[in-house]
Amino acid sequence: MRRFLSLALLCCLLLGFTLTAQAQTEAATSPPNDTAALALLDALDVDSYRDKGEAITAILQSDDERARDWLQALLDGRLQRADDGQFVVVLDNSGREWPVADALTNEPLGEMSRRDLNRVGINNALRNQLRSAIAVVDLYSPNLERRRTSAARLLGEVDSELVEPINELILEEDDSQVRTRLSQAVAIYHAEQGEMAGVEALTGSLHPRARVALSRAANGDDPVVADAARAALVSVEQNLKINRGIETLYFGLSLGSVLVLAAIGLAITFGVMGVINMAHGELMMLGAYTTWMMQQLLPGQPGLALVLSIPAGFLVAALVGVAIERSVIQFLKGRPLETLLATFGISLILQQLVRTGISPLNRTVITPEWMSGSLVINDALSLTINRMVVLAFALVVFAGLMLIMRRTRLGLEVRAVTQNRAMARSMGIRATRVDILTFALGSGVAGLAGVALSQLTNVGPNLGQNYIIDSFMVVVFGGVGNLWGTLVAGLSLGVINQVLEPWAGAVLAKIIVLVFIILFIQKRPRGLFPQKGRAAEG
Amino acid sequence: MAIQHHHVLSRRFITSVLAAAVMGASAQAIAQSADQSDDPIKVGILHSLSGTMAISETVLKDTVEMLIEQQNDAGGLLGRQLEAVVVDPASNWPLFAERARELLAQEEVDVIFGNWTSVSRKAVLPVVEELNGLLFYPVQYEGEESSGNVFYTGAAPNQQAIPAVEYLINEVGIERFALIGTDYVYPRTTNRILEAFLKDEHGIEQEDIMVNYTPFGHSDWQNIVSEIRRFGEEGKPTAVISTINGDANVPFYTELSNQGIDAADIPVIAFSVGEQELTGIDTGPLVGHLAAWNYFMSVDSDDNYDFIDAWIDYTGDEEAVTNDPMEAHYIGFNMWAEAVRKAGTTDVDSVKDAIIGVTVPNLSGGYAAMMPNHHITKPVLIGEIQDNGQFDIVWQTPSTVAGDAWSDYLPGSRDLIADWRKPMECGNFNVVNGSCGGSTAAEEAEAALAE
Amino acid sequence: MMTQVLSKSPLSKPSLSRSSPSSQFWLARPFGERATQIFLGVLLAALLLVTVLHTVVPQGSPLHVNAYTVNLFGKYLSYALLAVAVDLVWGYLGILSLGHGAFFAIGGYAMGMYLMRQIGDRGTYGHPELPDFMVFLSWDSLPWYWQGFDMAWFAFAMVLLAPGLLALVFGFLAFRSRVTGVYLSIITQALTFALMLAFFRNEMSFGGNNGLTDFREILGFNLRSNDTRLGLFLATGVALALSYILCRAIVSSKLGRVCVATRDAEARTRFIGYRVERFQLFVFVVSAMIAGLAGALYVPQVGIINPSEFSPLFSIEIVLWVALGGRATLYGAVIGAILVNYAKTIFTGVMPDAWLFALGAMFVLVTIFLPKGVAGLLRKRRRAATSDNAGTQEAIV
Repeated sequence: MRRFLSLALLCCLLLGFTLTAQAQTEAATSPPNDTAALALLDALDVDSYRDKGEAITAILQSDDERARDWLQALLDGRLQRADDGQFVVVLDNSGREWPVADALTNEPLGEMSRRDLNRVGINNALRNQLRSAIAVVDLYSPNLERRRTSAARLLGEVDSELVEPINELILEEDDSQVRTRLSQAVAIYHAEQGEMAGVEALTGSLHPRARVALSRAANGDDPVVADAARAALVSVEQNLKINRGIETLYFGLSLGSVLVLAAIGLAITFGVMGVINMAHGELMMLGAYTTWMMQQLLPGQPGLALVLSIPAGFLVAALVGVAIERSVIQFLKGRPLETLLATFGISLILQQLVRTGISPLNRTVITPEWMSGSLVINDALSLTINRMVVLAFALVVFAGLMLIMRRTRLGLEVRAVTQNRAMARSMGIRATRVDILTFALGSGVAGLAGVALSQLTNVGPNLGQNYIIDSFMVVVFGGVGNLWGTLVAGLSLGVINQVLEPWAGAVLAKIIVLVFIILFIQKRPRGLFPQKGRAAEG
Repeated sequence: MAIQHHHVLSRRFITSVLAAAVMGASAQAIAQSADQSDDPIKVGILHSLSGTMAISETVLKDTVEMLIEQQNDAGGLLGRQLEAVVVDPASNWPLFAERARELLAQEEVDVIFGNWTSVSRKAVLPVVEELNGLLFYPVQYEGEESSGNVFYTGAAPNQQAIPAVEYLINEVGIERFALIGTDYVYPRTTNRILEAFLKDEHGIEQEDIMVNYTPFGHSDWQNIVSEIRRFGEEGKPTAVISTINGDANVPFYTELSNQGIDAADIPVIAFSVGEQELTGIDTGPLVGHLAAWNYFMSVDSDDNYDFIDAWIDYTGDEEAVTNDPMEAHYIGFNMWAEAVRKAGTTDVDSVKDAIIGVTVPNLSGGYAAMMPNHHITKPVLIGEIQDNGQFDIVWQTPSTVAGDAWSDYLPGSRDLIADWRKPMECGNFNVVNGSCGGSTAAEEAEAALAE
Repeated sequence: MMTQVLSKSPLSKPSLSRSSPSSQFWLARPFGERATQIFLGVLLAALLLVTVLHTVVPQGSPLHVNAYTVNLFGKYLSYALLAVAVDLVWGYLGILSLGHGAFFAIGGYAMGMYLMRQIGDRGTYGHPELPDFMVFLSWDSLPWYWQGFDMAWFAFAMVLLAPGLLALVFGFLAFRSRVTGVYLSIITQALTFALMLAFFRNEMSFGGNNGLTDFREILGFNLRSNDTRLGLFLATGVALALSYILCRAIVSSKLGRVCVATRDAEARTRFIGYRVERFQLFVFVVSAMIAGLAGALYVPQVGIINPSEFSPLFSIEIVLWVALGGRATLYGAVIGAILVNYAKTIFTGVMPDAWLFALGAMFVLVTIFLPKGVAGLLRKRRRAATSDNAGTQEAIV
């Protein structure tokens, strides 16, 4: 890899730093040399991956201004050859007929069948080579983002031939981020050579490549450098431990937020109404399927679809909730254990409905661009964005619910009906209406949880089953009828689980948490935050 | 209590308890060979249509039904029509055994195509052996088994796991391996074999092998993925060998891509992720991760394109995908049909004799042969995931590989071989002490016969 | 006086003597009850009928019952036994256990371990002691808790003791701290869920997901012979009859009355001076043992035991059998278990897609329209026939 990089970089140097920039401006004026270009692409269409690698180098060495586009298309698997020998770039490869464009002229050629097209295949080694090639080209790009990505790729890839040109680049670079990265890359090279300057420059760096370079220096021949490297490593390790701690906490909170989302709707129907809704998981499943449905309705706009599925998921689940309340639960007032059985039946029916009505297979829900990837805090710590969004979403839902229960007329009525149904009715509260609305609210929140879960896990008929037991544990652990209890219980169970997992393993961690809950309930039969007063009886 | 009245043609033996098991086979055979008529040939299909496994198994039921339909359109078999007998074991293992008994004793099917999980096969095995049935099992599995009544048309570990690891070492230059799997028998056994293989054949150190097991349907991969990331940051090229099952894959891959682990940095090679599983995943971020199978839908062969077209027509779904276990059923079904033609009867013992050595085309442009150990020959393909949910084949074995029932890398099974041809007829022959299973089973059966 | 009452053990002499039953031996008392007589009569007749139709009627005859069907009935009977165990705690103690599948599975595993040891060196690897799955996962020797299971008496004792012990510990903790109602249901569910996860772990050396299978013989009888199948079927029938008598005896004793009182008004019973938790614990342990016995009879008949028997869904399904048959009648539980499982056999064979719809609908309709189950219907009819015969007095909450 390194040899390839330096080779590629030298090519660029020979051609002049401004090659790519110039080429881009001149592209319109200079007529493309198509015979030579065809020969370059022709060389890619061979079976051996080694020959392909050489063909890629040749493309890079040519001064063809389309080189970067070709390499990118090759990297994306869109560079294909039609049966008549023409090279095309596939614009969209879903379905059986694909729209294509001529690779040489960029002119659209209409649709072609996938039977008539042969992809120029690459493997992971070539993919690495292509990325490096593109990175090298991009190092001279006027585009800042491209330069940054390309500089980050050079860490640990620098060798003796590259040091000089990179040092020169550092001098010319305006962006401080790119400069830092490039200097780090050079320092890693020096540290690996056992030079003191490199070790000093790397002290405090958390990047894994820097750590590898330091540990190599620590095993080097020069005792002074080795000692310095060891000292640097010790401080790095300490720093890493702290970062790892923060990471585990984040994992725990993230898992906790999922538990809270799954359980909070239950806390309302179970805690406030006394209904044990075993179909709660299936209401979540409906929320997730709503997200999928929205994405089907709005193809190409997964982000918008996701945002719209928040109200849609709430509505769908709430309406199904109302249907369940009216058709079944209202007949089982005051018989909580029997609502458990009846709603369990409903959960089976809902699952099977999805299985026969939609498909027993999982559905693909796309994660929008702005929710993928992670937020880089430092070289050793980055936090995944999708989970951060879910964590925030859980807190917002919780705050919203608290607001409804504390500050609205509905909340007041719900609390009144819960505490003393007869008295509330005699005060003119329509208890039946309150029941319907409460159940709809709890179900709707389950729908919201489903929308969030669609971004983390499978959207399939079994989604609900996977969360129902955990949700009950959270509610019971937190104390039935207490929303704060659910929040605290969910987050703390999440953190406990993630702290245990690295040394106990995933299964044992889960078992330990369950046993802990069982024992905790023996100690405090009404959970963390027990309800007080007469409402708690029964 | 309701009592069912059943008309049953099978045998009745109130003889010695031990003799019953040994004689059962021949008694059944006589009863069946007398049953040659113009009645349709019954093909039992034992795949879960409800419950958690329905997601994988339903398409296999449809595949066999499609193959039966095609066979009937082509004039049936031995001049008789084929008839599918479908039952639903509902992803419930004891129910698998009960349904298998129903198929063999009640419906008297001539052959069964079925099962996905190892546990369901283990549950069915004693029933199929007792009632002398034929079972074609289409899924890649952990090996360590060879039954006279079962034909394993999926891959054994040496037809999937070992070539995949050799590819990683020789072609990609991987030096560090994270073996991540769901905690059940297939990953456990496969990983044991791989560990032994990596250490013995390639001198990989223990510190360069990480093993981790998670429960079924595991959905929170944050910790494990970050551990993998750290494991891969030690300066050596690292790969993940994944035997993660079914539903747990989606959150696993999602977490991988979100934590920024790219196929070019740490490739994941999976043994249980096929086209079917990918239909539930947004494959954009997964491009370049690998899978090892014996068939991919993207295989460029005319037989394959015909099969795909037939499948799309049969399901009426433009987006329908094909996968490896479907090809296994395709091969298994054709092998059975060929053996029936060769034997001129559907009688189980005759078919069992006839099928060894039968060779039929597979879907990747080659041929599959039934070996004496009831496993078949298969090419091994390595594919990279593409953003359209398909695999791009990046490597394949130069020739087909014969399935090995007993792994050479496990201490208990190193000396065992299986050969169901006469006169050996043994599924666990010990080549060291030269006896079947190295146990007293053979003597006991003889003693029972003498009684 | 208070201390005197507090020290009362569950089986001590009755002091709640308003309608003291006859002074007969407590186990013999149920034979005087009409319902028990009918139940035992029907059960005995069914056992005899199946045996005769299986062995005496020739195979060609349409009346012949084949081995497959006998085996199926045997399975239904073991489920019925399990349902009786659940009804004992749900119907008479008011404890909705969502974890009885755990006791069933533990009994099953105890039997499975015995059957595994009986394979001896006939496993595929021919190891004289270790089961196959231990050989290929490279265990060197048997774990300590597998010791002794090669002896039938020990294994059969464990079938009762292991679930009994678990119930004792769990019940002691739960009842002592007065965990009741929904909370108790949820933690029984947590119990079986945790056990399921644990048994799935291959490190536990119970065969992981594959469980225990490939059994050969029980007490020297070949498990693959039809005579053994008939024998197991009859044994399950007898176990059901005996457990039924035991349960009837318990619920019609003074102990049983305290239980019903606890179910209907726990606080009041406590105030009267009964150590409610002791009664609860005793009945809970008995119920767990019966469930274990059911599991032990189930395993050799279906040929496999694996952790899916611990699945919380299975435990909930058992409760449905009882609800459908009718709570607090015992015979209702038997009817429910057989009806639901028979329907399952039929439905999953004929129209697999419809089975979950049917099961789900059953849950809903039974809880709304048939709160007293099939037994309630039967009783209503009987009561209409003999209008003033006030014999039964079970109250259903």
